[in-house]
Amino acid sequence: MVRNFPPEFVVRVDREACINCLRCVRECPFGVHEYDREKKLWKRHHEKCVACLRCAYMCPVQAISIERSPMEYAPHPVWTNRVRKDIKTQAETGAVILTAMGNELPYVSYFDRLVLDACQVTNPSIDPLREPMELRTYIGRKPEKVELEEDNGVRLKTKIAPNLKLETPIMFAHMSYGSISIEAHLSMARAAKEVGTYMGTGEGGMHVELYPYADHIITQVASGRFAVHEEYLKRGAAIEIKIGQGAKPGIGGHLPGKKVTEEISRTRMIPEGSDAISPAPHHDIYSIEDLARLIYALKEATRYKKPVFVKIAAVHNVAPIAVGIIRAGADAVVIDGFRAGTGAAPQVHRDHHGIPIEAAIASVDRRLREEGIRHWGSIIASGGIRSSADVAKAIALGADAVYIGTAALIALGCTVCKKCYTGKCAWGIATQDPELRKRLDPEEGARRAANLLRAWSHELKEILGALGLNSIESLRSNRDRLRGVGLTEPELRVLGVKPAGE
Amino acid sequence: MEIPLRKAKVSREGEFVVVDAKGVHYRELNEVINELVEKGERKLRLINVNGQRYIADGLRCDCYIEIHGVAGDDLAAFANGPTVVVFGDVQDGAGNTMNAGRIIVHGHGTDIIGHSMRGGKIFVRGHVGYRVGIHMKEYREQVPVLVIGGTAGDFLGEYMAGGRIVVLGLERLETYPEIAGEWLATGIHGGAIYLRDEVDEDRLGYGAKVEKLTHDDRRFLEAEVGEFCSIFSLNPEEVLNAEFTKVVPKSHRPFADMYSDAKEG
Ligand code: SF4
Ligand code: SF4
Repeated sequence: MVRNFPPEFVVRVDREACINCLRCVRECPFGVHEYDREKKLWKRHHEKCVACLRCAYMCPVQAISIERSPMEYAPHPVWTNRVRKDIKTQAETGAVILTAMGNELPYVSYFDRLVLDACQVTNPSIDPLREPMELRTYIGRKPEKVELEEDNGVRLKTKIAPNLKLETPIMFAHMSYGSISIEAHLSMARAAKEVGTYMGTGEGGMHVELYPYADHIITQVASGRFAVHEEYLKRGAAIEIKIGQGAKPGIGGHLPGKKVTEEISRTRMIPEGSDAISPAPHHDIYSIEDLARLIYALKEATRYKKPVFVKIAAVHNVAPIAVGIIRAGADAVVIDGFRAGTGAAPQVHRDHHGIPIEAAIASVDRRLREEGIRHWGSIIASGGIRSSADVAKAIALGADAVYIGTAALIALGCTVCKKCYTGKCAWGIATQDPELRKRLDPEEGARRAANLLRAWSHELKEILGALGLNSIESLRSNRDRLRGVGLTEPELRVLGVKPAGE
Repeated sequence: MEIPLRKAKVSREGEFVVVDAKGVHYRELNEVINELVEKGERKLRLINVNGQRYIADGLRCDCYIEIHGVAGDDLAAFANGPTVVVFGDVQDGAGNTMNAGRIIVHGHGTDIIGHSMRGGKIFVRGHVGYRVGIHMKEYREQVPVLVIGGTAGDFLGEYMAGGRIVVLGLERLETYPEIAGEWLATGIHGGAIYLRDEVDEDRLGYGAKVEKLTHDDRRFLEAEVGEFCSIFSLNPEEVLNAEFTKVVPKSHRPFADMYSDAKEG
């Protein structure tokens, strides 16, 4: 049967400019450019191109451009090109379609339908250049009230639970060593330490090269329990129990054995070459009571010195679940929205499960307040945070801080080609290939990742100034400073914001 | 009703430090244990233990802890080295994600015993409940061993990635006489389970198969079951002189063909 499968991209090469240096052949990890030295003939395998743009930027004479293929199936609004291609792929393979990065379906973005307020005349804005602006955020349980003791000066009597101190309310999300390279991990770890924030290890353990940054690293305990070890738990700054993730709510994960190299095996503490399977649930957690048991097992193992977070995907009943998590003893609940990125997920799960992070933050924050336990734990939001504006809106909806994953990788050079699961990332990020890894210099990566945090932090200060606020705390859950544009009544109700003009 | 909590009473009996756990909250009890271990005590006897959780949780030491009573959930979870001997039963999660050490249980165990354990040994004289040995793993020279004298409930060794489980079935339950429950070894992709009985292949979960015992398997059983018998005063020849079934994974990559990219090459 004829394989009638048009390529997504075409590689155009300016033959006059091309100097036959073969650089593109070496640069493309997907085998698109092929040169027959004997016949002196070029062949481009357009169907393999993923538009990572590596070759185009490495070509010394800029002879290459990557374009969307003009050849497509006849237009049809329901049977889109993607639908037709997916069906053909599955007809060929009989298998689940794997993909990477975040949800691609055109759901409405609430962030893009929320606008921030600004001061005019009656309440002057604040100039962050003139007045101090506080972005410092503490993540963890806050006391009911603070008691002081007076003898020879004033002393704090209340015992404060361990909190993480963030200089800016933005952290690097959990992406495992294995799904991304050690260079990518190192870049984020250094940036986190430099800026005074944290990064997550993901469930792949902590590589020894990260030990110097361990006080700025949050370790993860996921259902596979890879690398989970008493020293690992004690080494990090906080521990996160991963129940679910926004890119694939409700399902587990498999790191294929071929990706479990010697070094990955050492960090995860599993045999080389065997599949690393994370079951869908933690098999010791089938209830909130079981979750409480694990939370306290981790607190006991670390002598109550580390905050313990619990991460869930934003799903329909996120509010009562989050309340249960906080009541179970978690110091923070991490909510991962349906736009969250991933290194590998079945497309059907990535695109069709979960709810928008904006709605989840608002309902969790509201529910915790209604129950009078908002101070018991922090809310960390993640999944599709693209800019300082998204950070500000997430905080105004009720989050304490955010995690950024995809945005951090883009800062390191990722072009969102969605091929992370192949392990062939052309930019040295989602790969373990020693040659490809050389493409990311952790020094430069750290600089860029730190720059992104600084730029966003600066913008956050400006946003606060425009709102007439001088601390990020005053923005938290301050939904009155948001208005909705083009949102329906029920949507406004869930988000807890008024329509623009009201 | 608030139950008045007590301070743990600590005394000395020969080479043992004795801690009376009666009415003591687990947090206080474990603090006392940790302090004693930090001070260099190596032999602890906990008496009147009545379900206190997390004993020896995350403990890194080569100490010996005796427990008289019922040990609560997550006994020796994340532990790294201690030997814990329980003269009584253990509750859920004994040895959960343990890295090294030994747990010896003279009574029964409930659910998720040895969950995700990576190293060390657990010997349970009696029966165990559901989900035991789920996702047990191994790493280099660390090969965890779990030996059960009685029977095991459903989901034994599910998702097992390494290690060895032995079920002896010396006593059977009247209500369920099988040596192990349903969904045995579902999703297993490493390690092996030895059952001292005949087990039909169609009772196994997805991804598991029965394999013939080799000489090495026999030697392994002689060593581990031998040790089990000497701890619990059983006759090893009698116990070993029986038919064993060995359950292993069909593949170390059970999901290799699940995704379209793998098939494309
Ligand atoms: S996959 Fe990337 S490197 Fe290869 S041809 Fe396409 S754009 Fe160039
Ligand atoms: S990390 Fe690499 S493979 Fe993944 S989307 Fe970005 S550029 Fe592509």
